[in-house]
Amino acid sequence: MTVFGHIKKFILIFLKYASLVFFSLVAIIPLVSCVITAFKPDAEYNSTNVMTPPSSWLYFENFVSAFKKAGMGRAFINSTIILIAVLILSVFIGTQLAYVLNRFQFFGNTLIRNLFLVACQLPGVAMQIAVYEMMYKLGFINNMFGYILMTCGTDVISIYIYIQFFENIDYSLDESAIMDGASYFTIFYKILLPLLKPAIVTACILKGVGTYNEYYNANLYLQDKKRYATVATSLYTFVGPLGSKYNLICAGVIISLLPALIVFITCQKQIYSGLTAGAVKG
Amino acid sequence: MEATNITTQKKKRSFGEWARSRDGQKVFVMIAFLIVPLVLLIVFTYLPFAEMVSYSFYNMKYTGARKFVGWKNYMKVFQRSDCFGALKLSLYYMLGSVVQLAIALYLATMLSFKTRFGDLFKGFMFFPFLINGIAVGFIFKFFYTRGFVFDTVLQWCGFQLDNLPYWLKDQSINNFSLVGTSVWRYFGQNMVLFIGAIMSVDPELYEASMLDGANKWHQFLYIILPSIKTILTLNVILSITGSLSAFEPPYVITDGANGTGTYFVIMHQIAHTQQKVGLASAMAVVLLGIILIVTVAQKLFFKYVFKNSEDEDINAAVKREKKLAKLAAKKEGR
Repeated sequence: MTVFGHIKKFILIFLKYASLVFFSLVAIIPLVSCVITAFKPDAEYNSTNVMTPPSSWLYFENFVSAFKKAGMGRAFINSTIILIAVLILSVFIGTQLAYVLNRFQFFGNTLIRNLFLVACQLPGVAMQIAVYEMMYKLGFINNMFGYILMTCGTDVISIYIYIQFFENIDYSLDESAIMDGASYFTIFYKILLPLLKPAIVTACILKGVGTYNEYYNANLYLQDKKRYATVATSLYTFVGPLGSKYNLICAGVIISLLPALIVFITCQKQIYSGLTAGAVKG
Repeated sequence: MEATNITTQKKKRSFGEWARSRDGQKVFVMIAFLIVPLVLLIVFTYLPFAEMVSYSFYNMKYTGARKFVGWKNYMKVFQRSDCFGALKLSLYYMLGSVVQLAIALYLATMLSFKTRFGDLFKGFMFFPFLINGIAVGFIFKFFYTRGFVFDTVLQWCGFQLDNLPYWLKDQSINNFSLVGTSVWRYFGQNMVLFIGAIMSVDPELYEASMLDGANKWHQFLYIILPSIKTILTLNVILSITGSLSAFEPPYVITDGANGTGTYFVIMHQIAHTQQKVGLASAMAVVLLGIILIVTVAQKLFFKYVFKNSEDEDINAAVKREKKLAKLAAKKEGR
């Protein structure tokens, strides 16, 4: 390679890393500023610039006080209950639906697929006008069970992940089990469901993060914030009189995103592959 | 008496037999597995949708009496300046999504080649996607406050505070500020989708093209871009319909104040704060109609575009094969 070629290559590599660093900074500066501010006592918060690091990284008073003020203990319990129930229900609903749609040819198969596809393209906010009335009629306002059912009822991406996975499981497996006289229930529960495990993990992570972060519906249907706040909606406590105490708010925000961060660090691969799988079909 | 008994028994037996047969079992499994998801889908999506269409013809609240008003609500949607006029804010969001897709495509291309700390960069840029909406709202209210994070960073870069606008109050800039938060949140997710598609390309293609003297730009144009065509079109379609229904940034950051109320923010206020359910339903139906038309139009457009390029693709595949054959021949020759 000529000298000129070397210089050109060097410049290209420099530009590549410069742009990667730049966009990484864009992504994390808002978060970093939050972390910095969350460690500052009131006096320090009022007197220093928001980007000046705190005098002590061991000042946890804001976190404790945000946790108490927003009732986050209760909120974490509620979110956990909702999360577990939604995940269990949606795994059963989703895998069973995908099994029937993928393995059985019948009149209406395409219709059902299309019904789900169209449903996920209706914007949620617009639909809630009428869903609210439906939830009201069913007595599902301020009702965790109702909220859980509603969250399961609008789950499309994981169905696609399951269908895609079923397509890669050889049908001869089903056939040999049928020869051995196994019923369809046995085939599904004993043979296919265990094979589906990777897809279930992926779908659960995506659905789990989505459910944990859901705030619009949670705010609309779990209005009694004392009893039914989820972690996301508990942050509404900071709207209003506390609205300018950003050291407290930042602490609350950071507590609320810790679970997502932990899941992200431990399950990066599944999150990436799940998103890709869901997007191609959806 | 006896005769009827026998016939019912016969029928029962045959039904029992049918139930025990493969076909019968199939039907049972289908019913058992389909009933719950279908009931949920109908109760929480299609019934409300049908009701919403009927609400749009009434003057009503969630409780109390309702009055049939015909097309009046629809006329109001187009007449009230705050309803239909709000749709022009979508232009900001469309612009934002173009920028977002461009950034994501660029970064995905960079990261799909060998990169030091590639996973770390990817992780940083993707994480905003996993933060809940309310937290995003607080983070950016804080970020854009006068003299706070954004102003400080700009001052580091040499700007004077006096020359900087109020990011969320100044009507000439605040919609850009909000669109920026949406780009911040989703460019990493778009990037991950693109990387997934680029990774499905056979690495031999790069090697073969290098031997043919292709540079990085050629590789991008002739290998990467065709491989992500599907997902790119999908994202363009999604981003345009998404811009029409933009909701989250103004809802969580400004609550629609100072001219940032998008169509859905206003619809939300009309439905849940003012409780004019009929008018809000009409707004929803109108926008759903527009979205439907735009989606179909786009799909037809892309179908037309790709029908022409499909032929080229076949040629490209043939060329690739030839290249690979050449490559193999070269190796053999050695």
